[in-house]
Amino acid sequence: MTLITFAPTQVLAGLSAAEGNGFHPPTLSEFFPGQLFGAGTWWGPSRINLIGLLMAGLLALFFVSAFRKPGVVPGRLQMLGEMGVTFVRSQIIDEVIGKQGRRFLPYLVTLFFMVFVLNIAGVLPTLNMAGTAVIGVPMFLAGVSWLVFNVVGVQTHGLGGYLRNNLFPPGVPKPLYLLLTPIEAISTFVLRPVTLTIRLMANMMAGHLMLVLFFAASSYLLFEAQPALKPLGVAAVAMGFAFTLFEILVAGLQAYIFTLLTALYIGGAMSEAH
Amino acid sequence: MDLLAQVSGNVNAIGYGLAAIGPGIGLGILIGKALEGMARQPEVTGVLRTNMFIGIALVEALALIGLVAGFIFT
Repeated sequence: MTLITFAPTQVLAGLSAAEGNGFHPPTLSEFFPGQLFGAGTWWGPSRINLIGLLMAGLLALFFVSAFRKPGVVPGRLQMLGEMGVTFVRSQIIDEVIGKQGRRFLPYLVTLFFMVFVLNIAGVLPTLNMAGTAVIGVPMFLAGVSWLVFNVVGVQTHGLGGYLRNNLFPPGVPKPLYLLLTPIEAISTFVLRPVTLTIRLMANMMAGHLMLVLFFAASSYLLFEAQPALKPLGVAAVAMGFAFTLFEILVAGLQAYIFTLLTALYIGGAMSEAH
Repeated sequence: MDLLAQVSGNVNAIGYGLAAIGPGIGLGILIGKALEGMARQPEVTGVLRTNMFIGIALVEALALIGLVAGFIFT
């Protein structure tokens, strides 16, 4: 059944998968499809950009219609929206920052659901590509998170106080600061946004490559290889199915981790030096 | 000097394989200790689970940087 669902998507998505004459494993060109219109300009969208725009539009539509006329007794959409917001508030903000982090709820809800919805596009049947699998969206979101936690830190402690808390942690023998401060500076101000970006992008890129590999392999083994290899084709289909479920888990998990780490950095920037 | 032995094909795959050893062991230790803590004291499962996810994210980032580095250094 999964073959009926996914084999047409091979054709529709225009992948370099096996369409006859041999087995074409996925390459990195998966992530650089051509611009669909406005070719050569800086704004010309590719398939991946359009998928991101579509999923973001659907997400905005959902939240606007869920909270348009909030009633004391919630309707179904409003209940779903409230479940989403309550999840971020109780599982992420309250656990990590505490009650004073509630003012970051709008940003963190937006971040969590944007990452989740863009990730989940990687398993949707005709889209087959996560909006976060190329570097642009993760880099932008990590940049915004970096701005938020730095601005919060400077607002709470003042610029000098914030830099002193982060770069010169107390309780260290004086000469060690020569070694510790550059490491802390790079780790706090450079590595945090870089690892946020790469973690999200690499997870989605690797998941997409594995899914394309499994589906290309099952299509090739079932339809074009020698008959002795057909059982391997069935195994490839089963792996594709199992890995799709795993990708759904990874989509949610990466959204949760991105939001959790952002909340952690915000909480760390707001807290007093220990 | 004659060539005695040669590795052909993409060395990026070997690089990623080596890069995945450390995070694999690290993740095993981390999740194992979290499970152990949850088994000893079930009432702090929520706290342990949250911190386990933070730890998983940080450790897995290293393995993923290894994956991406293979593509960068072509």
